[in-house]
Amino acid sequence: MSVHRVMGIETEYGITVPGHPTMNAMVSSTHIVNAYAQEVIAAGRRKARWDYDLESPLRDARGFDMSRAEADPSQLTDDDLGLANVVLTNGARLYVDHAHPEYSAPEVTNPRDAALWDRAGVRVMERASTLASRSGSTPPILLYKNNTDNKGASYGTHENYLMRRTTPFSDIVRHLTPFFITRQVFTGSGRLGVGQEGRSMRYQLTQRADFFEVEVGLETTLKRPIINTRDEPHADPEKYRRLHVIVGDANLCDVATYLKMGTTSIILAMIEDGALDQADLTPRNPVREMHAVSHDTTLQHRLVMNDGSRRTAIEIQEHLCTLARAYCAQQAGGDIDEQTLDVLDRWSATLSGLAADPMTCATTVDWVAKLALLEEYRARDGLDWSAHRLQAIDLQYSDVRRDKGLAARLEARGRLARLFTDDEVDRAMHRPPHDTRAYFRGECLRRYPEQVAAASWDSVVFDIPGQESLLRVPTLEPLRGTREHVGALLDASPTPQELIAALSVST
Amino acid sequence: MSQRESAERRTSKPSQTEEAAQTPAESAATTDLDSDIDSILDEIDSVLEENAEDFVKSFVQKGGQ
Repeated sequence: MSVHRVMGIETEYGITVPGHPTMNAMVSSTHIVNAYAQEVIAAGRRKARWDYDLESPLRDARGFDMSRAEADPSQLTDDDLGLANVVLTNGARLYVDHAHPEYSAPEVTNPRDAALWDRAGVRVMERASTLASRSGSTPPILLYKNNTDNKGASYGTHENYLMRRTTPFSDIVRHLTPFFITRQVFTGSGRLGVGQEGRSMRYQLTQRADFFEVEVGLETTLKRPIINTRDEPHADPEKYRRLHVIVGDANLCDVATYLKMGTTSIILAMIEDGALDQADLTPRNPVREMHAVSHDTTLQHRLVMNDGSRRTAIEIQEHLCTLARAYCAQQAGGDIDEQTLDVLDRWSATLSGLAADPMTCATTVDWVAKLALLEEYRARDGLDWSAHRLQAIDLQYSDVRRDKGLAARLEARGRLARLFTDDEVDRAMHRPPHDTRAYFRGECLRRYPEQVAAASWDSVVFDIPGQESLLRVPTLEPLRGTREHVGALLDASPTPQELIAALSVST
Repeated sequence: MSQRESAERRTSKPSQTEEAAQTPAESAATTDLDSDIDSILDEIDSVLEENAEDFVKSFVQKGGQ
């Protein structure tokens, strides 16, 4: 009906150790996760491990975890390294995945919060990098919120959206594919290099497009599909599907993240309600068109549709945006909620701006912001597109350090729009959103640091003194465990024993 | 419009005759914009990794999801 639904963003960060090109990326990523975890422990709580398995005996696993916390990362075996994993008081998960440190943001209910807790993740990574360097156990490690090394490797920024289970997956594929191919015009973070290995030094809209090879599939690491079919809802599977979206770029600009999540959420609502059933926007060759749209910075490329007609990406987006506004107005009886209206307004304004002159969107669209900078640099120094300094700018745009990252420097000068104050971001690093189960997860970790043994998206596991076994509180419903639902219970429960007693009475 | 054309259009500085035709306010605005661009480029010069070629070449990642 609107932009509101349960959603979240998970990001694998690029990682490099300057001067040590052969350093094992899993070891470096482990240093990052453990450095942040150590600070958490130093602040007075145990490191709650990730609750992987509903079946396995926890007591053994917990003992194992305790010894891990005391071990120096360099002493850990490869098996141990794969498990570096911590749950944060903001409800997020920080861990090592595929030789990258990953921040999985807590579940939120709207695109603004998705952008805020995603931004908090950038600060978590910056802090973790500082702490790892300070620890002396590793040379300085640098982290990048990007999606490719321009040498053949890509790593993901995945969006997750909770959907109704009853929506046929074929409807999702049919209507989401054209939206994903064309949303690149405002979601792209820009990349200097074309082809998976970046052999052609031309600028394109997105980091990710060239790594997509098929239309639909389960894979995420090879033969990547435009529509990913992973079906792991982390919630009641009878009611929900978690749509796992892997086509997106890591955005540095708050507005770009916000618009990406907001527009996608509206399109999903339209799919759920059958509001796109009359629209036939599927291009004849989705994968080729996804690449072509990304490769054309003039935005003039015309996609060949199934019926043989040709339309630009902006024309398709404008059509979807118009349908979306009508749909939202009809659903809301003319009274569209504030955030949905804001997304609709920004969406249409961004499309108009891109159509007139992309440079008018340099403060809100990452690929344009980066291109503007590259063009200014080229003009001043007379550089060819193959200049290493331009490639360095492309990379350093996504450096998480506020004093070095070029997106951060542009923000500091007001050349990249912000949605949040520093105080809001600082708070989101440590506190959960109040309106999902992430509230219960994060608050339990904050309030009972010694007694939370493990947690996951759908559980919090307590270790109550004097109790023989661990106690798992399932959190299968993403919209329960909110402040409204359990805030008073938490406030009235100085100890987890009291909380659990109160929960068993109230639920 | 190619990238190169758009770059030229955006970054070309006004010719002397065009400058003469500008009102003082327009001229001041252009100067502010130019100096702002100069100063951000100067700042980037100061924060950019020192050896761009080494930095770019050594940024090698393992594939992820």
